[in-house]
Amino acid sequence: MSTYVDRSSKGKIKISRPNKGQLKFRMLIIATILFTIAGFFMMDYKGLELWPAITGTLVNLRDMFLMPQLNQITLGSAIWQVIITLSLAFLSTILGAVISLFLAFGAAMNLSKPWVSQTIKTFITIVRAVPTVLWVLIFAIAAGLGSVAAIIGMVFHSIAYLVKAYSEAFEEIDEGKIEALRATGSNYFHILFHVVIPQTKSFLIAWTFLRFEINFGVAVAMGAAAGAGGIGYALFMSSGFYYDMNEVGMITYMILIVAILLEVVANKLKAAA
Amino acid sequence: MEKSSSIHATDINIIRKKHMKLFITGLILLALIIVSGSITNYNHIDGLASIPAALQWLFANMYFSGSTLSRLPTVLRLLWETILISIVSTTTAAFFAMIFAIVGSKRTSVNGFLMYFAKLVASISRNIPVVAWALILVLSFGTNAATGFLALFFGTFGFLVRAFIETIDETSGDTVEALKATGATYPQVISKAVIPESMPQMFSWVLFMIETNIRSATLVGLLTGTGIGYLFDLYYKQLNYEMVSLITLAIVVAVLIIEAISNLIRREIL
Repeated sequence: MSTYVDRSSKGKIKISRPNKGQLKFRMLIIATILFTIAGFFMMDYKGLELWPAITGTLVNLRDMFLMPQLNQITLGSAIWQVIITLSLAFLSTILGAVISLFLAFGAAMNLSKPWVSQTIKTFITIVRAVPTVLWVLIFAIAAGLGSVAAIIGMVFHSIAYLVKAYSEAFEEIDEGKIEALRATGSNYFHILFHVVIPQTKSFLIAWTFLRFEINFGVAVAMGAAAGAGGIGYALFMSSGFYYDMNEVGMITYMILIVAILLEVVANKLKAAA
Repeated sequence: MEKSSSIHATDINIIRKKHMKLFITGLILLALIIVSGSITNYNHIDGLASIPAALQWLFANMYFSGSTLSRLPTVLRLLWETILISIVSTTTAAFFAMIFAIVGSKRTSVNGFLMYFAKLVASISRNIPVVAWALILVLSFGTNAATGFLALFFGTFGFLVRAFIETIDETSGDTVEALKATGATYPQVISKAVIPESMPQMFSWVLFMIETNIRSATLVGLLTGTGIGYLFDLYYKQLNYEMVSLITLAIVVAVLIIEAISNLIRREIL
């Protein structure tokens, strides 16, 4: 009886053959790489001179990070702008979290009817598909550019994100606990406030804080792009208006410090959940 | 009798304490909402009133006239450019992120110094907001695709390093140890255990990042004057709200299609 040995082109014996799923995955990776290479050639580089652009950016980066300095605004007002941005992020997170909590009760499969859940999930997917900056600008048509439009726009996106996170946490609750409470004749709200929320509390807090961290970045962006004020607007002014790289550097450092602090807290909360 | 009633009393005390704690937390949150509301001049009633007004406006502008529809090819071309930038920047960032994640994960790191260095670079790169990258890069690179590509690249890179490190830590514990026990060399461990084990999960993160980046690309485009974001800004400032609605609709459809495709791929590979 002859044995069949599969050899590679170098004559080495192949130990394992990829199965169908692995082959598919390999094709996917190759397709992605090919698309990326093709994509580089398809992009529009009109008016780009690569070498001066790179050296120019490096000079700017050096001015920013090695010589940070505030010129147009004082340190006190810069810190106040950071507080404004934090407040924007906080307000949109907390308002979004409260609304999301109730929507997530409806979206979680085990706490709600299928059609309610499906409706909320579809609504959320569409809300999430619109970029935050477009929401903010759309609300700005009704409310004028400023904090109201920025916060409502950010709330919309926070809801889209948090409802998904919350409802997935709710769906993982042990069905037996809910049934036990139902058997005692508890009503819907008893189940929500005595099983669902206590069981998932640490998850909810971790996700909400994670969203707060994201919203800080978004609030900076909205300050720059949608006139929401705060440190983002100061960044936009010092780079696009004054071309003051040293000030851009100082502002970037301030944003960086706040963002890293938020990330550390978010990681701690996530590890505890 | 005496004893049971005393237990009962402490029970009440626990619940009362719990309610007290909840009440105080609520009060602090309420105070923070009021304080931050006054810092940012946010008016809750104006905010609520703007929601129906904006939505009504959005749908009222959805009956597109002929002149609006004739610009659809331009919208689609710039939308395609934006999608292209977000996909290419994500995949390129993923390649570099994989190298940094292998160096940065404690299971596969070469030495401690490199590990912390990789983590530091990633942390700086993701915590500088994409907006800041865009504003810095546009000064030298000007308004073309390279600016958007690089701005998205840096943000994506930092995020993916964090996600990939978590993936490597989660998936490849036992296999790495098993291979090390057979005397496999470091490159063998990486190429035969770490990468195959964590690749599907990593690809799923890449898909997630592509979805996110299409939205971020709109923002970057708005700031740097490229892609669909620029077009939105242009018509927004001209108060051509039909075009604004059309562009918004086009972005929504594009994002939904890409989400559907990536869900399909995820179901296949995970």
